[in-house]
Amino acid sequence: MRPIIQSGIFQVLTIMVGLVLMGAACSKNGDDALTPMPLKVPSNFPAATYALDRNPITKEGFELGRKLFYDGLLSRDGTISCGSCHIQGSAFTHHGHDVSHGIDDRLGVRNSPAIMNLAWNRFFFWDGGVFDLDLQPLGPIENPVEMDEHMPHVINKLKQHKDYPALFNRVFGPGEINSDKLLKALSQFMLQCVSAESKYDKYIRNEGAQLTTDELAGLTIFKQKCATCHSTDLFTDNAFHNNGLTPTLFNDSGRFRVTLQPQDMHLFKTPSLRNVARTAPYMHDGRFLNLQAVLDHYSGGIQNSPTLDPLLKPNGLPGLPLSDTEKAQLIAFLQTLTDDAFLRNPILAEQ
Amino acid sequence: MFYSLLITLVTFTTACKKEAQPEFLPGDKGELVVEFDNIVGGTDLQLNTGVYTNAAGEQFKISMLNYFISNIVLTNEDGSTYTVPRDSSYFLIKEENPHREIKLSNIPAGNYTGISFLLGIDSIKNTAPVGERTGCLDPAGDGAGMYWTWNSGYIFLKMEGPADAATSADKKFRYHIGGFGGYSSTTINNIKKFNLAVPAGSRAEVRKNKAHGPVIHILADAGKVMNGSTNVSIAANTTVMFSPYSVNIANNYASMFSVDHVHND
Repeated sequence: MRPIIQSGIFQVLTIMVGLVLMGAACSKNGDDALTPMPLKVPSNFPAATYALDRNPITKEGFELGRKLFYDGLLSRDGTISCGSCHIQGSAFTHHGHDVSHGIDDRLGVRNSPAIMNLAWNRFFFWDGGVFDLDLQPLGPIENPVEMDEHMPHVINKLKQHKDYPALFNRVFGPGEINSDKLLKALSQFMLQCVSAESKYDKYIRNEGAQLTTDELAGLTIFKQKCATCHSTDLFTDNAFHNNGLTPTLFNDSGRFRVTLQPQDMHLFKTPSLRNVARTAPYMHDGRFLNLQAVLDHYSGGIQNSPTLDPLLKPNGLPGLPLSDTEKAQLIAFLQTLTDDAFLRNPILAEQ
Repeated sequence: MFYSLLITLVTFTTACKKEAQPEFLPGDKGELVVEFDNIVGGTDLQLNTGVYTNAAGEQFKISMLNYFISNIVLTNEDGSTYTVPRDSSYFLIKEENPHREIKLSNIPAGNYTGISFLLGIDSIKNTAPVGERTGCLDPAGDGAGMYWTWNSGYIFLKMEGPADAATSADKKFRYHIGGFGGYSSTTINNIKKFNLAVPAGSRAEVRKNKAHGPVIHILADAGKVMNGSTNVSIAANTTVMFSPYSVNIANNYASMFSVDHVHND
């Protein structure tokens, strides 16, 4: 009998080993089945600054990030998602709102910034207080006037959700949902919000688009008077400047709030001008309702102060003089930065 | 003759040492415990109930006291040092927790007479990728509430409590002190380093297979947060967070720790 038993055990073991191997093969296939979705770097862009090797984008990770981005679960009472204040058709800004409008109808103090080309961003928020895209969502999630939630609650809600545990396991492998995975999934979605198909892009990349005479004249003025700060084809220098806005009653100290250095008083991050025709209102507090008002500010409304950027005092006096014709030409050029393919890209929309 | 005598003596001495039972062997590892005993002045801190008076003459209670301890280095009596591995060297001490002690394991056996650490989190960890922020450094985990989301960085020390002198609506003072020196441009640095010696004649004896590691018992005087080079007035500074004034509070807490005693059993 004994040999038979041994043989039986051996067979069982063989089957078990076989099953384990099959299981391993299956799970390996499962991992392989994730579809890589690498960031496409437009030829007219510099190298990305986000550490993509730390968080390789997959189609599944991007889709999980998109689901999270549009899910009110991230807020205290389920009413506010990231997408509430970052609306795709407005280049993921809060169209029509000077400052962001959050939970319980509470108002923030700053204008909701665009979500686009963030892989090239070195600083987040108007004051640059956050330096890593993966750490950025903590701000709005925990801000009492935005989503007013606590991260441990968010993680618990996700763990108890009927869909999320399986989706996270699929993207990140088995294990508990944690802040690392949540933030990386959100980053995967936001990194893919790339705007590089505007008329200007197709002109500059020789892809067949031609600019009109006015648009070309606007581009020339832009290069002379605006491109020092709104530099490269990202249209931002990723730096901080005081652009001569009269402080409001709230007296937002801008970059000073983060560095406590006197030279940073009232400095704000240069926003990209991509899709600028769709991101009204303008400035960190949304004080200007249209592009005409913005150009009127630069040509005749700049207020002098100890930290005013010297670039805005080219002749020793505050202001970048612009004629009405030049303003019209600049606006014509700025409209070539509108990227409808991005603004209407169905894969970036709430599903 | 002289040399041969010397050699004989040396041999004899060595032989004697060899005969003595060594207390530990090279390669032995053991445990060491660092206990943080929060006090105010000369009394044990009583959360929510104890009434204390600061140097400005204002009465207050303490409803929360949390602080980060990191980058621990132990000094052996022979002068050598042992640096606790970086990723096992971040701890959040909370008065509200029943246990306020740090258990260090895999410490080389030996007799330790000094300990150094930071109150706060170093700049490398403050700027680390999110995947390296686990345990007490996880803003969604044990580190919740000890992190500034709008100005990426950890809050090193958080002390709050009710005080009649407070000018806030809920009559509470709130001191949230952090600032690691800045990511890309310089700003305040409120990380404080402590080099503490154990009392003369004592030592922490780390041994292999000891049932309980030696305990370095540290007193943390929360009263020092308010009193020191700047005597903080709650009425004048009810809320201190990321601001130039926070440097004064950090300079005060730079003397809040001392080793009271060591026990080895």
